Amino acid sequence: MSNAFIAFQKNDDSRCIVEAILEDNPGAMVDDQPSMVKIDVPNRLVIKRETVEEKIGRSFDLQELQLHLITISGHLDETDDEFTLSWNS
Amino acid sequence: MDMKVAKKLGLKERYSLMTRDLAWDTTYQPMDKVFPQTTYEGIKIHDWDKWEDPFRLTMDAYWKYQAEKERKLYAILDGFNQNNGHLSVTDARYINVLKLFLGSTPPLELMAARGFSMMGRQMNGAGPRVACQMQAVDEYRHFQTQIHSISNYNKYYNGMDEFAHQQSRMWYLSDGKSFFDDAITAGPFEFMVAIGFAFEYVLTNILFVPFISGAAYNGDMAAMTVGFSAQSDEARHMTLGLECIKFMLEQDPDNLPIVQRWIDKWTWRGTRKLASVGMMMDYMLPKRIMSFKEAWEMYVEENGGALFKDLARYGITIPKCFGQTIEEKEHVTHQSWIGFYMKPQATPFHTWIPTPDEMDWLSEKYPNTFDKYYRPVLEFFDAQEKAGNRFDNKTAPMNCQVCVSTMKFNEPGDPMEMCFRESIYQGEKFHTCSDHCKEIFDNEPEKYVQTFISSHQVLQGNCEPDGTDVNAADFKPGQNMLDYWKLDKRALGDFNGSEDQKNFAAWREQATKN
Repeated sequence: MSNAFIAFQKNDDSRCIVEAILEDNPGAMVDDQPSMVKIDVPNRLVIKRETVEEKIGRSFDLQELQLHLITISGHLDETDDEFTLSWNS
Repeated sequence: MDMKVAKKLGLKERYSLMTRDLAWDTTYQPMDKVFPQTTYEGIKIHDWDKWEDPFRLTMDAYWKYQAEKERKLYAILDGFNQNNGHLSVTDARYINVLKLFLGSTPPLELMAARGFSMMGRQMNGAGPRVACQMQAVDEYRHFQTQIHSISNYNKYYNGMDEFAHQQSRMWYLSDGKSFFDDAITAGPFEFMVAIGFAFEYVLTNILFVPFISGAAYNGDMAAMTVGFSAQSDEARHMTLGLECIKFMLEQDPDNLPIVQRWIDKWTWRGTRKLASVGMMMDYMLPKRIMSFKEAWEMYVEENGGALFKDLARYGITIPKCFGQTIEEKEHVTHQSWIGFYMKPQATPFHTWIPTPDEMDWLSEKYPNTFDKYYRPVLEFFDAQEKAGNRFDNKTAPMNCQVCVSTMKFNEPGDPMEMCFRESIYQGEKFHTCSDHCKEIFDNEPEKYVQTFISSHQVLQGNCEPDGTDVNAADFKPGQNMLDYWKLDKRALGDFNGSEDQKNFAAWREQATKN
């Protein structure tokens, strides 16, 4: 099984996004690197708008992820409520 | 006044309305005459509407987020520059990373901007056209912001001001230039595999992620902000490249062998280009974060492996070169650094012998190769330098006809033997650095016989500064190379004893005392 992953620049917004990912993706692994953070999840990684809003304390448009994003791995599917990366293998 | 507020549209509907819905089919001329380039490579497309940009980014959202990224980036740059940023990096050796980066990367970003502008015109479908237009604007942004981020250093340190002149002329910049020249002169679908897949997926993950994280570790906020800002666009670019590959494979089974050949070719070309990026991580960052080998395993073996496993359902197999790239990950950065060290009079950046503790770090990270093959060479050079005999190779290099790397990589399975291959085309002999470059050459020899190789061109009198009389009786080719390259003489030679080294020490002293 391959890992889907996403990496963010470290800042206050991405800290909340990472918290949301950890809550919604059991098995998520955090790799802390200088000034960036990378999260790997086997096969499928999902970011839910609702969870991010709960962590960040305001409304959140998932396209705001673009501001903090560094890299991704996996096929992407993006809707208003979920940002999903997955592998079919 | 009562107003009826319409329900906000969902992302999918918005994307569809703002891209495909705004496009039209031409009627004065048939579509295949308006878009003639998408058929000659042999790729068969039956329904362009099947292409969907997974990011579903519309132009209005694009401008909004890009503007925010730019504001952030320039705020950081201003703050860094106003706060003696040029003195806050770990040590003055680090600045040579920026010199190499400036010559090799922004000009390629500009070529990518040109290439994606062409794709935005050549692709039939509205989905890819919009995505390619956005990528063209992104690439132009990267080209500009990279130069801006380094311009402050240029006020203080040597060797940066002629990077644009040097791009088409310097021997060691030819590999990147040839990568893009090869891609942009191919058809649109091959370009998408070359840049969207190999460059974005294989290369930029290593250039802009662990390397830029390393720049942050070395106190370079300018490179950090510009690198991460660029990479935030790259995530979108990788998705576009991957989408293009899937789209071709889903449209027609006849596309498979063509796509496979491009994946084989461009994975190898990307790998060759990475040797110098890896060298920056292993040798040029004073504060190391991760070895090239570790970065390679994370971003290419695991991440690339995941992709190939996923594409297996279409019949795609792992690129032929994959095994060799895994073997080479323990060698290429050492071979590259030694190659550059041997040419102190031919680059606008300095080289040096790693300190003893840096060599120990390399031994630890490369337990199978460093002590056995490379430490003895570096220690020999070090002893020679201390005896007043700093190594200086004045000969012209031999280059690969395809990737234009200097011949320095080893024969597979034999690190003590240099690898090169020969092909004969129209009675003339051409050299390549590997089986994979030979295969690329043999498949399209009429393309690669045209490669500009400065060590060949100089002998023909084509590498001389303006005004040189190449027919004069006493003309000797190559005598004026430094002037032809517009090399800043202060930027030549070993780091030890350089003006940058002295200035950095003196200015840092001034900055911390009254």
